[in-house]
Amino acid sequence: MNRVKNGMRTGFMWVEDWLDRAFGPAWNPLYHLGALGFFYYWIVAASGIYVYILFDTGTTEAYDSIEYMTVEQWYLGGVMRSLHRYASDGMVLMMVVHMLREFALDRYRGNRWFTWFTGVPVFWLVIASGITGYWLVWDKLAQYLALATTEWFDWLPIFGQPIARNFLAPSLLDDRFFTLLTFMHIAVPLILLLVLWIHLQRVSRSRIHPARGLALGTFAMLLALSLFKPAVSQGPADLARVPAEVGLDWFYLAGYPLMDIWSKGALWAFTATITLIVAVLPWLPPLRRLPAAVVDLKNCNGCTRCTEDCPFNAVSMQPRSDGLPFEREAVVNASVCVACGICAGACPTSTPFRRASDLIPGIDLPDRSLRQLRRPFAPAASRPTGTGCGRLVGQGPRDRIRLRPRRRGARCRAAGRGRAQPALHRRPAALLHRLRVEPRSGGRRLHHRLPQGRVLSTFRSALDRGPPCPPARPLPAGPRAARADRHVLGRPDRPSAAGPGGGVLRRGTRRAAARARRPGAPGGHAGGLGRRGGRPWLGRFAISLRRRSTC
Amino acid sequence: MARALRYLAQAAVYLLIAVLLGVLSNSPVYRAFPRDQALIKLSLVHSAQRKVPCRKLSAEELAELAPNMRKPMSCSRERLPLWLEVRLDDRLVFSESLPPAGLSKDGPARAYHRFPVAPGRHSLSLKMRDSARTEGYDYQLDTEVELEALQNLVVDFRPESGGFILR
Ligand code: HEM
Ligand code: SF4
Ligand code: SF4
Repeated sequence: MNRVKNGMRTGFMWVEDWLDRAFGPAWNPLYHLGALGFFYYWIVAASGIYVYILFDTGTTEAYDSIEYMTVEQWYLGGVMRSLHRYASDGMVLMMVVHMLREFALDRYRGNRWFTWFTGVPVFWLVIASGITGYWLVWDKLAQYLALATTEWFDWLPIFGQPIARNFLAPSLLDDRFFTLLTFMHIAVPLILLLVLWIHLQRVSRSRIHPARGLALGTFAMLLALSLFKPAVSQGPADLARVPAEVGLDWFYLAGYPLMDIWSKGALWAFTATITLIVAVLPWLPPLRRLPAAVVDLKNCNGCTRCTEDCPFNAVSMQPRSDGLPFEREAVVNASVCVACGICAGACPTSTPFRRASDLIPGIDLPDRSLRQLRRPFAPAASRPTGTGCGRLVGQGPRDRIRLRPRRRGARCRAAGRGRAQPALHRRPAALLHRLRVEPRSGGRRLHHRLPQGRVLSTFRSALDRGPPCPPARPLPAGPRAARADRHVLGRPDRPSAAGPGGGVLRRGTRRAAARARRPGAPGGHAGGLGRRGGRPWLGRFAISLRRRSTC
Repeated sequence: MARALRYLAQAAVYLLIAVLLGVLSNSPVYRAFPRDQALIKLSLVHSAQRKVPCRKLSAEELAELAPNMRKPMSCSRERLPLWLEVRLDDRLVFSESLPPAGLSKDGPARAYHRFPVAPGRHSLSLKMRDSARTEGYDYQLDTEVELEALQNLVVDFRPESGGFILR
């Protein structure tokens, strides 16, 4: 199982890397699967309203009204119908990849169980919405579905009259059944929306809207597909004849052929077993309960950043209990903390670009502190610059950045990425989710992409108010940490929006420091890191740097 | 990657997704039923007779009951199983005793069965026992049917129409 998961993770990372090059993190579809799922949902809902207006309920009216839409009103009704179909398919595609990705990245255990567990009914509600939708068309596919589905349900001894009998012969077909189906096709997606809302209850700043560029691209793709290959029906249903060949929508109906291979009971057993296994996956061994984040009050000034950045609402601010002259302190609710480590990255004392002192955030993960986390990155990033693009591999003390030759003239922007060790996914802190080593003109920078990407950091940049400074005190700087710090530093080679000031990074490598001291040298902290527009996911660090420097 | 190249790569990814959506949304075609066969579908729902027949209550028995419970007949709920036999071209293809539905066995018995057959003429013999008899049949129908390929012939049962009906 673990081997499968590791393989999947490697696969995802590889694809993500490529998509990063094409889309950039803000538009990378794989980082926004849930949000894309929602986007598809809204397209389905909007086009569904239009299609519903033109739709007639009834055994012959249903098919005829849909034909009218598709043929005579192809420019609007037809497009809407196609959007409705393709966006529904897109939703399944996104949902399945989203689910596999959460699984591969081990994001379903511990306190994440709730989100995973509520994802299971979401899956079935999506599928049920699709099946009832195809049924309404009342073409040959619908006829096949109607019989196969009702026969399957009739296996359960819950209906007095077999429901398949509604579809025995044309004379037995009832308009009322279509009214019921139409009702179901509206009710099930609405219930789905409700369950999706529950699905996100534990995620405090869930992203349910994709970035505009990604949304536009997706919509343009759907529209083009709708015009190029409009959705059509498969001939009117005729209960006196058996549908021989049906074009299945494999996103929704891939399970149907199993009904002909296995018995109905076997298919029920299979479906129930798979659903059950997936639902209880968070509790299956190897059980790993990661220790929750812990607040170190000596280093907490009550600035609220961890509370604001924690994606799981696990940190609250409460009145100070230790007598230090601050109003509030951070308190972790261990029962919802998933040990992702984002709070440690949010804490102003924790910026990994600092060098003058050891890293002691006010909040940190007990078993994998920020300090430990950073250690392997530092030597890895200290390779000679300009020779290649790095990828951080390995785990724990064996982490290293593997450099591969850079094509001449190519900037190492995308390829020059150190991958946070896979252990970060398996083990807790996803703080350094991605680490990018960017050798450029002798300088070196480490970029951090936060697991939550843009939202957290734009949020962080928007939160541009100065917190009270932590108590001034000399921070212990062990020889090892100091050495590592020197390596990790970026070169202040560009002015930043953070403005001039005595940023910690000014005291970078000796060469950089010398340059910074030169008269007329641009002041700045992290060399462009403070730009808010272009790379907002870097914003937080710039701001944390600025905070430090103003203290 | 140059900006144009990036957009090109994005377009390629969108194209890939579009092809995936466009193709898998109705192909490959699934062969749900062989083209050169017809289907005889047996589907019926019928309550067999009661296990213990209803009995008229005597005047004394009625007087013992609460006034609102005084019904002239006393009926047990449990039904008998339904015995059903289908012969197709003199071959026995279905012969089962169908239990009544429900926890207290008071519901109707149900049968639902599909028999794919070659198109053409077939003789069909249907027999049913819904009483406690062990000899003979309560309902019977012997007939010949002519089926085309892909035709769907339904064998149903309506006691009010005299028993077996073909649709
Ligand atoms: C159309 C269906 C679905 C939609 C629209 C959807 C949407 C979302 C969204 C928006 C998030 C929050 C992502 C973020 O802000 O980072 C999320 C998280 C999550 N989803 Fe779904 N989801 C769907 C189906 C599923 C299914 C079927 C499963 C698994 C059974 C699942 C498992 C999860 C998990 C485990 C998380 C939490 C990730 C974390 O805690 O880091 N989802 N989903
Ligand atoms: S590790 Fe920090 S950010 Fe992550 S859930 Fe726990 S408290 Fe929240
Ligand atoms: S971010 Fe750090 S300093 Fe601010 S409240 Fe949280 S633990 Fe305290």
